[in-house]
Amino acid sequence: MSSETSQRTTERGRIRVTGFDVDRVESRDPLSSWEPDLQSEEGRGRLEYAWKRFRRNHLALFGAATIGFMILLAVFSRPIQLPSSFPVLAGQTVQPFSLAPADPANQDVITGYREPTLENVLTWPPTGLYLFGADWAGRDILSRVMYGGRWSLSIGFIAVAMALLVGIPLGSVAGYYGGKVDELIMRIVDMLYAFPFIVLAIAVIAVLGRGYWEMILALVVVGWLPYARIIRGEILSVKENEYVTAAKALGSRDRSIIVRHILPNAMAPVIVQATLSIGTTVLVAAALGFIGLGLSPASAEWGVMLNVEQDAIARGRWWAGLFPGLAIFVFVMAINLVGDGVRDAFDPQGDQTDSDTGGLR
Amino acid sequence: MSGSEPLLRVEGLEKYYESESDFIDRLLGRQKKVKAVDGVSFEINEGETLGLVGESGCGKSTIGRSILQLREPTAGSVYFKGQDITTLSDSELRDLRKEMQIIFQNPQSSLNPRLTVNDIIGEALDIHGIEGDVTRDARIKDLLERVGLNASHANRYPHEFSGGQLQRIGIARALAVDPDFIVCDEPVSALDVSVQAQILNLLEDLQDELGIAYLFIAHDLSVVEHIADEIAVMYLGKIAEIGTPEELFVPPQHPYTEALLSAIPEPDPLWEGDRILLEGSVPSPIDPPSGCKFHTRCPRVIPPSDYEFEQEEWRAVMSFRHRAREEDIAVETFGDDDDALTEALRDELDLPSSLTDPEAERVVEEALRSVADEEFAAAESVLRETFETPCTTDEPALRRTDAGRVACHLFDPAYESGPTDGTRTDDGAVTGDGAAASGDD
Amino acid sequence: MAMLEVEDLNVRFYTDDGVVKATNDLSYRIEAGERFGVVGESGAGKSVTSLALMRLIDEPGVIESGEIRFKGQNLLEMNEEEMRSLRGNEIAMIFQDAETALNPSYTVGEQISEAIRYHLDLDEAAARERAIETLESVGIPSAAERYSDYPHEFSGGMQQRVVIAIALSCDPDLIIADEPTTALDVTIEAQILELLEEVATEFDTAIQLITHDLGVVAEFCDRVMVMYAGHPVEMAPVEDVYYNPQHPYTVGLMSSIPRIGDDRDRLQTIPGRMPDLIEMPPGCNFHPRCPYAEESCTRVDPQLVDVETGDPADPINSDAQTAACLAHTGELTGELEYEVTVRGEDDFPGPDGASSSAEVTDR
Repeated sequence: MSSETSQRTTERGRIRVTGFDVDRVESRDPLSSWEPDLQSEEGRGRLEYAWKRFRRNHLALFGAATIGFMILLAVFSRPIQLPSSFPVLAGQTVQPFSLAPADPANQDVITGYREPTLENVLTWPPTGLYLFGADWAGRDILSRVMYGGRWSLSIGFIAVAMALLVGIPLGSVAGYYGGKVDELIMRIVDMLYAFPFIVLAIAVIAVLGRGYWEMILALVVVGWLPYARIIRGEILSVKENEYVTAAKALGSRDRSIIVRHILPNAMAPVIVQATLSIGTTVLVAAALGFIGLGLSPASAEWGVMLNVEQDAIARGRWWAGLFPGLAIFVFVMAINLVGDGVRDAFDPQGDQTDSDTGGLR
Repeated sequence: MSGSEPLLRVEGLEKYYESESDFIDRLLGRQKKVKAVDGVSFEINEGETLGLVGESGCGKSTIGRSILQLREPTAGSVYFKGQDITTLSDSELRDLRKEMQIIFQNPQSSLNPRLTVNDIIGEALDIHGIEGDVTRDARIKDLLERVGLNASHANRYPHEFSGGQLQRIGIARALAVDPDFIVCDEPVSALDVSVQAQILNLLEDLQDELGIAYLFIAHDLSVVEHIADEIAVMYLGKIAEIGTPEELFVPPQHPYTEALLSAIPEPDPLWEGDRILLEGSVPSPIDPPSGCKFHTRCPRVIPPSDYEFEQEEWRAVMSFRHRAREEDIAVETFGDDDDALTEALRDELDLPSSLTDPEAERVVEEALRSVADEEFAAAESVLRETFETPCTTDEPALRRTDAGRVACHLFDPAYESGPTDGTRTDDGAVTGDGAAASGDD
Repeated sequence: MAMLEVEDLNVRFYTDDGVVKATNDLSYRIEAGERFGVVGESGAGKSVTSLALMRLIDEPGVIESGEIRFKGQNLLEMNEEEMRSLRGNEIAMIFQDAETALNPSYTVGEQISEAIRYHLDLDEAAARERAIETLESVGIPSAAERYSDYPHEFSGGMQQRVVIAIALSCDPDLIIADEPTTALDVTIEAQILELLEEVATEFDTAIQLITHDLGVVAEFCDRVMVMYAGHPVEMAPVEDVYYNPQHPYTVGLMSSIPRIGDDRDRLQTIPGRMPDLIEMPPGCNFHPRCPYAEESCTRVDPQLVDVETGDPADPINSDAQTAACLAHTGELTGELEYEVTVRGEDDFPGPDGASSSAEVTDR
């Protein structure tokens, strides 16, 4: 030990190391091919990371595929003809395919309920006619389930999209500005939350009457609440980040701070919630249909199909209820798988390279 | 400091917050004021660095943000180049942001993870339309190289960089608008030793080249000593002492500066300085102590002149008084017998079984009995009224001494008559004279 | 035999991005009652070392090879049950963040006595008594009263005292303190270090202190291991490391800390940054940042050697100063040119002159 020469002292800063010549490192050519690279590979933003993780989640991919399949079936079940009032291509058929074995509205009231049968698939040319049986009016259930997806699915997606359009701006304003604005918006949210979800929707329909857009409006009225709440909470925490202060210090305007710095970093939980609530929205739409407040009884919306067959199911004509029910079930299940996948993809805890080796890189 | 106007002059800056409260509290007016910054004044000259040190919660970060008007000050003025910027309109303020910038502590949270480096630095240029004769990209490239980064990394996202590199990007963003003054809010606290030194060197180089003035906020006195031309030590929203590093580290010192300095571990195994261990932790700014805010922990409180105290006894009495005020004495655990109880209390409070001064002894005994009956307020008031010391009644103002300006009654000639055995004699005894000599200039 | 002997410890994390080599052939020992410091910057593998001692490495990490002998028993061969009875009882841990180390929904008393009841097999009243005693010994006033307080009712410094009390409650032989004062203010840090010093002496407990603060190490430790990129680069008694550092990384660290009272204008620091532990530079990991590096440094991975003799180090049995640099095995053509001067001792001739000027030549 070399300490014999040194004495105990109360003086600070005695030791000085000189000659550790940094310039030598900077001026010499690299000794080896090893380069002090950046910590991770180029150009993968958080969204790309999320997508990469999502792709590895087989269950979620299966869900996404199922939803894609159902959407395709709905779109291609019958030809789509634009209404004659449409500004361009009025009255033209934009989608000529017709996968459904029969016109979903085609009745054969005399024969009525027909049990599911495989017969028609085995004939030539094969057809799915009556594969799911026929309902009280003799309409082919397979065709109706395929075609009905147009209502059920579109209601789910459109209602959620519109709810986002209402909830995000309101929640953002409440979270960013705080104070009285926040108080006002959040008290409205609390008030609407105090009504049972379905009762509120029923009330709206009772006022507006039945119909496709009325139904969507009813779903939006109750649907925007969670987004406003989530985005507000998220913004409260994101706005504490120093990059927001930095933007203010640079003189950015409020709108640019919200849109550029806060919202993109606050969206992840909203996206997760939105995905999951497409399923619930479809369920509520079906429930409204089932209690007779949905679309017109003639439509093939899945909930409505269940509604008109209430007593048939009780009398043992199981197929009349099973297949529309199954369609709802499969769709909601699939969307939940996707939703869980999206959540896991955004959740940093799920990212092993970020959390488990924490501090090592 | 006379004659020309300093770059930045802060006068009587105050920032109060409402304490956390819910709707009902607000309705009933039960809110309390948190005095984060409580009347702070200082000046920074062009191209110079003022270091601001203090423990967490002393209000040092709030000062930085209040100066930049990121938090509106409750009172006081901030003069930048002679103009009071607390009264500026939003658009005037926006123009001013070209001249004052800020660097943050946490490099991870100070850069938006969804923007590329190019966008982050470019934002400043876009807002203020600074392009001049060079293109935007060339300017960004230039800035990146100036802070020691590879310009080809401009299209990368923050998560691809290490902490030190992120801090350099933050510095480049601040430099983009070509400011004259930068608030550095703990810029190296989150960094490793070697990277910390790199960033300190970079900041110093930039100052030499561009003549930028810094307000350097940190909790690490050794870092501040290295970089600052002048240091202000803060305690509970007030400046306790301000002076050049040389002035700060020689007596006369504020007892807090002395303790803070002595607490820093010295990277020298054979160093054996005297540790001044402060009792307890910083009191809450919601209900700060009266008089000198440091008196609850100060090892050198001025004893009352009418009584005779050993310094240790006096310290114990002060801490007794403080705990009576906080009602932080567990009486029920000591049993019922009165005499045994006061005895146990003395033990708990580190009070000797009998004080040197019989008169003082009588008062303390009375206070102990009040405490035994759980009448804390009575105990506190009898102690407060009998043992009067300027430290608990008068707020000390910053006054010039031989070495820097100090806010402490020990160096105030008005209290010089107090017994000197209360102050440490090794270095502090002669300070009364020094303060008297230069106190009125 | 030392109380704790770690031999050739290799910890790996298998992540999506590659294999993280967190520690590489790490060997050291801690004697009973000794204060052993582990220093390094973040990413050096310090914390992994302590977690490995407690066998608390989680997926995707594995202790790939090596031995950890505690009082002669290899911890890596113990079963979960034996390990559980060892943790907290004979080896205890103190964490950096006291606030998260304490469970907010139990009183501090319950948290201390839980460990006591489990390990020492005491009944409730006895455990309570011992818990209060421990709280008192870490300087918590009115301990009996505060026994039933919740963690949030304590200040940061007091919470760290409670964490220390929990660690001490079963009278362990070894305490692993992972950055115990990093989150605290400097005046509180001084209190906590003083307390650790007191209790370590009083209970004759060995402490492995993990920190990045060279000041804390100088003050607290007897022996130090400096780590870089998962490798031990220098191990020596604390005075040697400060007055006579023998690895360029240690020298760089020593020269980058700002010291009060030295009036340097610029800090001479280490350029660049630590490599991530997945893709490390070939040969000596430090060579891209080292001013003394030569071509040979990119080929040979230097081992810890005795700096006097150049023989392979024996960290388990010897106390000699060891460093992992080719300068000490004669494989470097140049010299480590640096100088350590201690103010006030310039005219104080040492027996060999080595204390004030540390120029290492080829042997």
